[in-house]
Amino acid sequence: MTKSHIELTINGRTVEALVEPRTLLIHFLREQQNLTGAHIGCDTGHCGACTVDMDDMSVKSCMTFAVQAHGASITTIEGVANADGTLSALQEGFRMMHGLQCGFCTPGMILRAHRLLQENPAPTEDEIRHGISGNLCRCTGYVNIVKSIQYAAAKINGTPFQEAAE
Amino acid sequence: MNDQTRIDQDRAERTEKLQGMGCKRKRVEDIRFTQGKGSYVDDLKLPGMLFGDFVRSPHAHARIKSIDTSRAKALPGVIAVLTAADLKPLGLHYMPTLAGDVQAVLAEEKVLFQNQEVAFVIAVDRYIASDATELVDVEYEALPCIVDPFKSMLPDAPILREDIQDKMTGAHGPRKHPNHIFEWMIGDKEATDAVFANADVTIKEMLVDHRTHPSPLETCQSVASFDKVKGELTLWGTFQAPHVIRTVVSLISGLPEHKIHVIAPDIGGGFGNKVGAYAGYVCSVVGSIVLGVPVKWVEDRMENLSTTSFARDYHMTTELAATKEGKILAMRVHVLADHGAFDACADPSKWPAGFMNICTGSYDIPVAHLAVDGVYTNKASGGVAYRCSFRVTEAVFAIERAVELLAHKLGMDAAELRIKNFIKAEQFPYQSALGWEYDSGDYHTAMKKAMDTIGYKELREEQARKREAFTRGETRELMGIGISFFTEIVGAGPAKNCDILGIAMFDSAEIRIHPTGSVIARMGTKSQGQGHETTYAQIIATEIGIPADDIMIEEGNTDTAPYGLGTYGSRSTPVAGAATAVAARKIKAKAQMIAAHMLEVHEGDLEWDVDRFRVKGLPEKFKTMKEIAWAAYNSPPPNMEPGLEAVNYYEPPNMTYPFGAYFCVMDIDVDTGVAKTRRFYALDDCGTRINPMIIEGQVHGGLTEAFACAMGQEIRYDEQGNVMGASFMDFFLPTAVETPHWETDHTVTPSPHHPIGAKGVGESPHVGGVPCFSNAVNDAYAFLGAGHIQMPHDAWRLWKVGEKLNLHQ
Repeated sequence: MTKSHIELTINGRTVEALVEPRTLLIHFLREQQNLTGAHIGCDTGHCGACTVDMDDMSVKSCMTFAVQAHGASITTIEGVANADGTLSALQEGFRMMHGLQCGFCTPGMILRAHRLLQENPAPTEDEIRHGISGNLCRCTGYVNIVKSIQYAAAKINGTPFQEAAE
Repeated sequence: MNDQTRIDQDRAERTEKLQGMGCKRKRVEDIRFTQGKGSYVDDLKLPGMLFGDFVRSPHAHARIKSIDTSRAKALPGVIAVLTAADLKPLGLHYMPTLAGDVQAVLAEEKVLFQNQEVAFVIAVDRYIASDATELVDVEYEALPCIVDPFKSMLPDAPILREDIQDKMTGAHGPRKHPNHIFEWMIGDKEATDAVFANADVTIKEMLVDHRTHPSPLETCQSVASFDKVKGELTLWGTFQAPHVIRTVVSLISGLPEHKIHVIAPDIGGGFGNKVGAYAGYVCSVVGSIVLGVPVKWVEDRMENLSTTSFARDYHMTTELAATKEGKILAMRVHVLADHGAFDACADPSKWPAGFMNICTGSYDIPVAHLAVDGVYTNKASGGVAYRCSFRVTEAVFAIERAVELLAHKLGMDAAELRIKNFIKAEQFPYQSALGWEYDSGDYHTAMKKAMDTIGYKELREEQARKREAFTRGETRELMGIGISFFTEIVGAGPAKNCDILGIAMFDSAEIRIHPTGSVIARMGTKSQGQGHETTYAQIIATEIGIPADDIMIEEGNTDTAPYGLGTYGSRSTPVAGAATAVAARKIKAKAQMIAAHMLEVHEGDLEWDVDRFRVKGLPEKFKTMKEIAWAAYNSPPPNMEPGLEAVNYYEPPNMTYPFGAYFCVMDIDVDTGVAKTRRFYALDDCGTRINPMIIEGQVHGGLTEAFACAMGQEIRYDEQGNVMGASFMDFFLPTAVETPHWETDHTVTPSPHHPIGAKGVGESPHVGGVPCFSNAVNDAYAFLGAGHIQMPHDAWRLWKVGEKLNLHQ
């Protein structure tokens, strides 16, 4: 199959590659770029485990062809940590609030939350719940994911985070 | 500050530093998972690795007339296509199931359910493999199929399993019909029938726990790599029970067990889906053995939902007999169990219906009888325990719905009826009518705490007002109060009654203290998100006084971990957690001898103090565990072997019996059928609590899966055996929007026989949650004479209830 040349930025790094036109972005990232953080949980775009950030939008990379990413700037979970290697506010929030269990949905969930907080820096619980409704988690029941995102928002905004009483 | 205060403060500081049992230790696993550095099966990339994909049957029941693989083999990039004809000479076209049946790896003469595996294409990448599956030409002759289990044993029913058609005795006794798998009975039938014949009040209802699927976010997958020179096989896979998989692979492949290396890396959720052995695992192994290069198999979501291990599909005729004052006298249950095309339950060998006989629940019921008939149908095989100990969700659903139906018939409050019949705290250990010895419990205390917290009396008053308002036409909303008081049975299990393929269901821990006082420990279990790397370290920290951060937990590599039966049925804490404590105590006993030698005192003169042995009465004379560890390698006492390590294979004397009181408040719009959970309160008693943060997380997750099952999740088939809804477009997985807010609470009744008193918790919320939701829905409609409303309670079905009751103008 004829391959297409693509050039894009992934986690701040310029990447050139040859891909088949039908290659999905998720397979390009995982198999050609060895960025295995984003996962595949379904075939229908429902689970969001493959979510990455593309040109300032949350994108389900299993619903996107690699060729569509030509010229784009992509951030994956591997590019989320702080420059000094410490956990970002969201990564820290998920750990502190027990916002993950098996970890399979976590990269997609964090990338989605990352974009959500760009769009809405101080979301309410309801806004968070709607904002992550394209990402499924089978383990946590979401209560602690919501808290994780609230924790990160508070840390980024420099406001106090108070864990809601049970 | 006086001396005692200073001593107490010092001890508290040292205790806190350990991050041991009872603290909300943050998870070790999260460091890698939050950075996308988990290592799941599909992340594995080996040189020369090929990809396998299945050709699957479009028919639910059909004879295979021919398979032509020539077009597929001609496709560039395709390396091989396996069919039953290739596997048969190796004796691998069938594999044993954990339930004593056999299951086709690749269909030989017939297909028995839609999407059954027919051929396995191996190609250089997953795209080409997928292309090639379209090029395998299979000619089928469609046969009449059985979808309804009640039609399986009709005299003129088509015979499904021709491979065992003449074998009228199965793994669990005689078969009454070629489509019958087993009949399993327990209890005193005569005495039970006699009570029913004379009882004041009886209820009888068909309670259906419908077919669903555990559906972890990561599907089942494997990578097999066979080294032809060494004759060794390495198999990575999504295995909840890696050691059992190694034994199974050895038994079916003929490879010696020591030449098989099974590795379960990080697993993206299991919930019972990843206990069994699947055709994909076998085909990746065969592919690698034949081709001499690694072969990867990754299930897609459609394949996952429609082929590997459904759950439930229990049709339970449930009866209770009681006095008119509400004392339950007897229980009688008959279950028709739909196992699909092959009996691939993952139950302990002697339990074809799992622990369904826990169905007398939390109540002191003098006599009971349970009979279960398992039948074949043209559906995917199973069924596994979906986030529950074996068939315990089904059992708890049966009793908790039945109790509500009885309360309704008696005109009694459902909570009051439960309290009246609870096993009393002083009755433990309690012998149930169906053969279990409940180890411990305090149901009255838990129920009272739950009712007080939720404000039960006020809720019933509010409900009464709302019902009146509804009757007057002032509201279109119905209020339901769901109750569930469940007793789980987890931690299989005692060797006397629990084994898998003849291997007793012990579990294991091996702990090694290094000279510098850091630790590696390995267990026979395998976490799939439960946080074992965090919690086992907390047990060890408390037992031997080394900080949890200095303890590494490793699971999933059969070469390094001691043999264990794996993680399912909430057995990790009850069994491997016990092994961990016992192994740690062996180390502590040796450490005491070393400390005595170091301090030149008698062992008996020493006492344990958080992280050290000190001389009684001379607290300033002590040796810390870290100092002792060094001495174990540097200067052990004469005649003592050096080193400081221990292994324990723990055979539990009994199961553990966690319990809980759950309450759900629900508002249902009768015109749309939309049900909103206003409150959900879950009180769990799992005995000693190792990490409250992780327990709460497990409860949240289990409740969410219970919510899914009760309120919409279903694997349904049409009359032709086409599986409906085998994708996330149709299969209900709640998002953050639908999922209720969870309130958690607890009481603590330690298990008397467990070394640290822990009972297990991961599955309780699911087991208790399903009937609680269903009871809330049923309670909402009960005053309108709705009778029992079957699950799942999605809006469409609840709207239909409104139609049936003429509630829509």
